[in-house]
Amino acid sequence: MKRFAALYTALDRTTRTTAKVEALAAYLAEAPEPDRLWTVALLSGRRPRRAVTATRLREWAAERAGLPLWLFEDCYPVVGDLAETIALVLPPPAQDSDLSLSARMTDILAMAAMDEPARKAAILDAWDSLGGTERFLYTKLLTGGFRVGVSQTLMTRALARATGQDEAELAHRLMGDWTPATTSWQTLIEAPDPAAALSRPYPFYLAYQIEGPPEALGVPADWIAEYKWDGIRGQLIARGGVHFLWSRGEDLITDRFPELAVARDFLPAGTVLDGEILAWKDGRPLPFAALQTRIGRKTVSKRLLAETPAAFVAYDLLEDGGTDIRARPLAERRARVEEIIAGVPPGGPLRLSPVLPFDDWQDLARTRGAARAAEAEGVMLKRADAPYLAGRKKGDWWKWKLDPLTVDAVMIYAQAGHGRRATLYTDFTFAVRDGEALVPVTKAYSGLTDAEFREITAWVRKNTLQRFGPVRQVAPELVFEIAFEGIRASPRHKSGLALRFPRMARWRRDKPAAEANTLDDLKALLEAPDRDAGSEGQRGA
Amino acid sequence: MRRRRAECNRPGPGPRYSRAMSVLSVTEHGLYCPAGDFYIDPWAPVDRALITHGHSDHARPGHRRYLATDTGAPVIRHRLGAIALETIRYAETRRIGAAMVSFHPAGHVPGSAQIRVEVAGEVWVVSGDYKPGPDGLSEPFEPVPCHTFISECTFGLPVFRWRPQAQVMAEIRDWWAENAAQGQASLLGAYALGKAQRLLVGLGDSGGPILTHGAIEATCRVMRAQGIALPDTVPVTPETDPRTHPGALVLAPPSALGSTWARRFGQASTGLASGWMALRGVRRRRAADRGFVLSDHADWDGLNAAIRATGAERVLMTHGYTGPFRRWLAEQGYDAGIVATAWEGETTEGDAE
Repeated sequence: MKRFAALYTALDRTTRTTAKVEALAAYLAEAPEPDRLWTVALLSGRRPRRAVTATRLREWAAERAGLPLWLFEDCYPVVGDLAETIALVLPPPAQDSDLSLSARMTDILAMAAMDEPARKAAILDAWDSLGGTERFLYTKLLTGGFRVGVSQTLMTRALARATGQDEAELAHRLMGDWTPATTSWQTLIEAPDPAAALSRPYPFYLAYQIEGPPEALGVPADWIAEYKWDGIRGQLIARGGVHFLWSRGEDLITDRFPELAVARDFLPAGTVLDGEILAWKDGRPLPFAALQTRIGRKTVSKRLLAETPAAFVAYDLLEDGGTDIRARPLAERRARVEEIIAGVPPGGPLRLSPVLPFDDWQDLARTRGAARAAEAEGVMLKRADAPYLAGRKKGDWWKWKLDPLTVDAVMIYAQAGHGRRATLYTDFTFAVRDGEALVPVTKAYSGLTDAEFREITAWVRKNTLQRFGPVRQVAPELVFEIAFEGIRASPRHKSGLALRFPRMARWRRDKPAAEANTLDDLKALLEAPDRDAGSEGQRGA
Repeated sequence: MRRRRAECNRPGPGPRYSRAMSVLSVTEHGLYCPAGDFYIDPWAPVDRALITHGHSDHARPGHRRYLATDTGAPVIRHRLGAIALETIRYAETRRIGAAMVSFHPAGHVPGSAQIRVEVAGEVWVVSGDYKPGPDGLSEPFEPVPCHTFISECTFGLPVFRWRPQAQVMAEIRDWWAENAAQGQASLLGAYALGKAQRLLVGLGDSGGPILTHGAIEATCRVMRAQGIALPDTVPVTPETDPRTHPGALVLAPPSALGSTWARRFGQASTGLASGWMALRGVRRRRAADRGFVLSDHADWDGLNAAIRATGAERVLMTHGYTGPFRRWLAEQGYDAGIVATAWEGETTEGDAE
């Protein structure tokens, strides 16, 4: 655990990519193989489930530290992280231990089968043998909340450096449904493995949001435009008579979308399609909220299948007849996608994401402006002669999203943030006017600068009306422009509305609360989603 | 400054101290002693001010008469200019009106004091800011027996526990050596009064050059002039060429980090020395490369031990985590309360002093 803690500290201390890769590569070359495997698993988001509830951890930590629970609870919002709070309040360790990361992880996994007293004893014993960063990390791993600022791409780069293997090949190997319990370092990284290769997806190519006007991209003829769909990015694989569906989060979700089993019958062997999973009915996509009813379900009822059928809307081909064609130009890959989809029965769950023809950039801007009516988030621009790259790379793929909807709302509650925002008030609840009353409509956490958060924090401290635990009710004075991607009716919310992806676009220092938007303004958006509550006219393109 | 006051004045859960304060009471100007007609660290202009130490939330301009320790006075004069300042030695007793006052080491910065006020046999002690552990520079903290102890609690939560100073200094030395080996300067943010000199004394024998920001150098000059031995420093001036001091340690106020002033040191590694660096969130937000947990305030254990050592039955909290700390003390059997002051101790953003 000490070696892992040293790695974590090195990664946490720097924001420089080269320093991170260096530290990680050194670790991956030197640490024992089981520890390397666990590190790769953790850094690729393969965290074991939470071994114990946060409530129990709080109680046990407070008890061990000899503190009343209320005092522990008062510390938590100041620190802004449960594992860190625990690590800080516990007395110094009485024993010195250097159990390896993999040994600790094995212990944590074993806790699932323990009764509570045994689990408590195991955790107290671990706390008592770990100091500083190790104790913090151990507790993070217990809570399932371990994170460190290393992207998958960066980790793969370090792994390539440590093993001397090709980065793309490693990225491919790391995909899929493995855990340190089901594989070994040798199997995952070193040995050839044809069985795993059958289900293995390719790393997704991810687009950046376009900066500035699209004119900067050059000649329209060099580009292919498609809708940017508001669904789940996915890869549909048909190999050896079976099919697999992967989400971008690298979850194997084949069983959740049984309608896509048609892939086995209609896709040629050795086909890998890149596309979007959407809820699709009566010839058009349903809003993302409909798809959400499908995401969490492991078993799908007939009724749900009938109410909310799903479709895979394909826009790229990565493997054709068992051959990796990612290096071929997009125009060529697209042509093959169209041929393949032409071979499946029309009106079914396998569909083509159409190319949006445009003669000039204004033309495309108009199409983008109408995207919301097509249940799309905007348009995608892809360079026609570009290969399919891995990860988020600038240059060949751009998303050109619709301008968000906006509303001017009044801050009514504030809560301190977590992590680097601890001790700052950053999590706010916003309301709109409804006659004389204020109706809460949304929460938002992001979009302001640190300086603005500091200023608001000072303001919140002086303008608190009431406290509810960590939440402060504040004087309803500050107005913020809230940007969001969509709005829908929601009986679960007091306002009857739910906003999608709300964030603070700016602090409207110029606006008094009396000039904030009304609930009726928002309700009008339900009817006419192209209108903006916050600004005077239509945003358009 | 306003932040803490607002926090304390606001009605909210938890009792506020309301009993008649016989020896000292809070007015809109500050902590007032009716028997002696004086204030302690007042935040609005008054006739007579007793000052615990020179930090700007305690020593403010505009009072008619000042009283401070002889070792604390030079910095206060330096900061406040031409003021009518009388001095007093530690433990020397002076009568002011019907009150007997004396100043006792608080261990916070050189010359810092707790102020003992005795009226008709009733003894109250105002802690100012204090640190029970020795720092190698300030006169070490001495517990003063009293009936009522008015204490700060900037770090009054059990997540704040300082490690021995020697360990922290060793960490800073390692960081400095590492940077120096790579030809980088080490830019360390620290309060200009107290923390910076404490670091100087703790690191001065390392052999490497130590450069100082003007605000810090000015304070060092005042302290050297009063006979406090500080290691040699090189003041940074507009003419200073950082290349003539490769691998130097540069001491600067926290607000100077990331400023145009700091840019002259090129690809320097940055660090901050503050009690708040105990929190990863604050450490990350302050965006320095390294955070060193070093505070001139008492930590959780230090506060509890200091309060016990006074033998006081009543403890009033002035600034910091007053709410939880008061409740904790009440549960320990103390008659504990909160007095609203404008003092703020060490701030998370580290730019006030």
